[in-house]
Amino acid sequence: MTAQEAQQQSRLLRGIHRTVTGLHPALESLIAAVAGLLVGALLMVIWGFNPWEAYSALIQGAYGGSYEWANTLSWATPLILTALTFSICLRAGMFNIGAEGQMYMGALAAVCIAYFTLPPGLHHLVGLLFAAAAGAIWSLVPAALKLMRGVSEVISTIMFNWIAKWLGLYLALNILVDSMRAEKTVSIPITARLPVLVKGTSLSAGIFVSVAFALVIYFLLWHTATGYELRAAGLNPTAARYGGIRNKRTMFLSFILGGVAAGLAGATIVMGLPPTYAAFGGFPQLLNMGFNGMAVAMVGRNHPIGIIVAAIFFGGLSSGGGWMQILAGVPLEMINVVMGAIVLTMSIPELIRVFPAAKNGIQKALRSMLRKPRSAAGEGSA
Amino acid sequence: MNFSNFIDLLRIALHAMVPLALTAVGEIVGETAGLFNIGLEGILLLSAFAGALGAEIGGPFVGLLLGMAVGAVVSLLFAIINTYWQGTQMVTGIGINLFAMGFVAFGLIQLGVPGHHVVTNSGHLLKIRTPMGMYSPMILVAVILPFVIHWFLKRTRAGLMLKAAGEMPEAADVAGININRIRLLAAVFGGILAGLAGAYMSVGWLYMVTKGFAAGRGFIALACVVFSGLNPLLALLAAFVFGFFQALAEWVKTLPNKIIPYEFVSMLPYIVTLLVVSGAIGRVRFPKFLGEPYKRE
Repeated sequence: MTAQEAQQQSRLLRGIHRTVTGLHPALESLIAAVAGLLVGALLMVIWGFNPWEAYSALIQGAYGGSYEWANTLSWATPLILTALTFSICLRAGMFNIGAEGQMYMGALAAVCIAYFTLPPGLHHLVGLLFAAAAGAIWSLVPAALKLMRGVSEVISTIMFNWIAKWLGLYLALNILVDSMRAEKTVSIPITARLPVLVKGTSLSAGIFVSVAFALVIYFLLWHTATGYELRAAGLNPTAARYGGIRNKRTMFLSFILGGVAAGLAGATIVMGLPPTYAAFGGFPQLLNMGFNGMAVAMVGRNHPIGIIVAAIFFGGLSSGGGWMQILAGVPLEMINVVMGAIVLTMSIPELIRVFPAAKNGIQKALRSMLRKPRSAAGEGSA
Repeated sequence: MNFSNFIDLLRIALHAMVPLALTAVGEIVGETAGLFNIGLEGILLLSAFAGALGAEIGGPFVGLLLGMAVGAVVSLLFAIINTYWQGTQMVTGIGINLFAMGFVAFGLIQLGVPGHHVVTNSGHLLKIRTPMGMYSPMILVAVILPFVIHWFLKRTRAGLMLKAAGEMPEAADVAGININRIRLLAAVFGGILAGLAGAYMSVGWLYMVTKGFAAGRGFIALACVVFSGLNPLLALLAAFVFGFFQALAEWVKTLPNKIIPYEFVSMLPYIVTLLVVSGAIGRVRFPKFLGEPYKRE
């Protein structure tokens, strides 16, 4: 790496640094969430819906009782994991947007365990391991391309998402297909299904997997030397290298950990989603979970604990959206509008500085407008 | 495969090429100036929707104009966040995509039928009849434009200023170029082209809008840009190749005996792009300050 390249890289990472550690992280997330909900409300008003009614139905449907909480948490389960994929890599200084593809691969690997029989506990474990391995393998090539050929991980993970989509479609409907129903894969046997925690909901024991993984990542990043190295390399790679940290190793590690998280996300869905416990062609239950995970990671400020909170928020939007549709007549799709607006707002760094800056700008403009006639008058009197 | 089959395949490929080429060329202009817009997918979707509405109100040209206007507005927002406000380009783009997905699906429900909307006949941009079948006039635009942009980037002063904003903003700033303004203009231009591409899909090609209408074309256009290494002519070639493979995959699907799964045909262009980017075929280089907000020291 030449000095210029190193300088350039450190400049890039300063940009990432800003998105990781804002001025008042929690406050900024809150502002973004409010801004997103306001944009949604504005659109509802334009189309003649009552936003107050809609949002109270949404909150009722998301957090109104134990049944509603269970559904919210079941939505949050994969989101926590895919958000971790994005944020582990961002902590190490990279934009890994390949969670979607890695998650498909994890889900299909988990389906593979339907082909052999094992005692219950072991069967679960093997399924999760398969999925984790598949996710990690799928992130291996982008990682290698980044480290060996300097290929931008943004580009390579986009390509790998598409390859995963087509390969996954082929595998799901040609190799792993259910011989009775051509639109889905074989179902996961009872010995490997994650038990449902609240009857009548889709909340499975998968939530324990994702929360545990988030806590492991928290411990790893903030309480081990490896995690310290990973974060240091993300904040300032040049300084980290002079400090004796092997940047390539930490980058590779973050990619693999991200792949494991995304693979597990796929597994928690197919192993924990009644009634079929299978993947479908086109992956309707998995679709966009990887991309939405990035929104969760942003709002969770790329911190494992923040991500759990943010995933409960986004999970609540998704599960409460159904109630909003039924009670207030607002289509479910409004949820994506709100999410998009939140992410857009989150992309403005040091959000609360924008307001004073805007205020200053307006004041300056006003002052200059006021000053002009006064100075003209002054000249006249002189 | 007989000759008429092959002509059909080429015709479908040319039509599929248009949105990819227009979007890719617009993105090349933006990336040359240093802005990386991953939200193209969302812009395509929004402008396809707006284009369909405009075409039904005032005819196909109003549709195309409205699509371009929507593309311009969305990319103006993207550009303001990522120039003057020093935002994070990836995140803004992801936000645009999410927003568009929700907004268009929501809008389609409000139009009546959830999920899709068929453009009425009066809004169609008609295809031109030739001895080889019907062709949209937009194909001509998509073929000529890359040459114009290539000339603009290589041979004009403004093109050089764009390149300076992406390659060496500090030096350009010292030379008196307003980096943020030039990046903003470049991004808006790119957005207008993406908007035209989106409107073409609904007004001039498929005559409908669905909620999954963009179908990854924004990302494929990004792949074309990467493949081309910011050369508009190579981007046109890449757009044709991707369009051809889309057409080929559809054709393979209809074959009675499966020679090769169509999924593998669909996958191929992405693998080729990866090979190109990784330097296995040729070598591409991007502006030094791509994706970086410019801040005066």
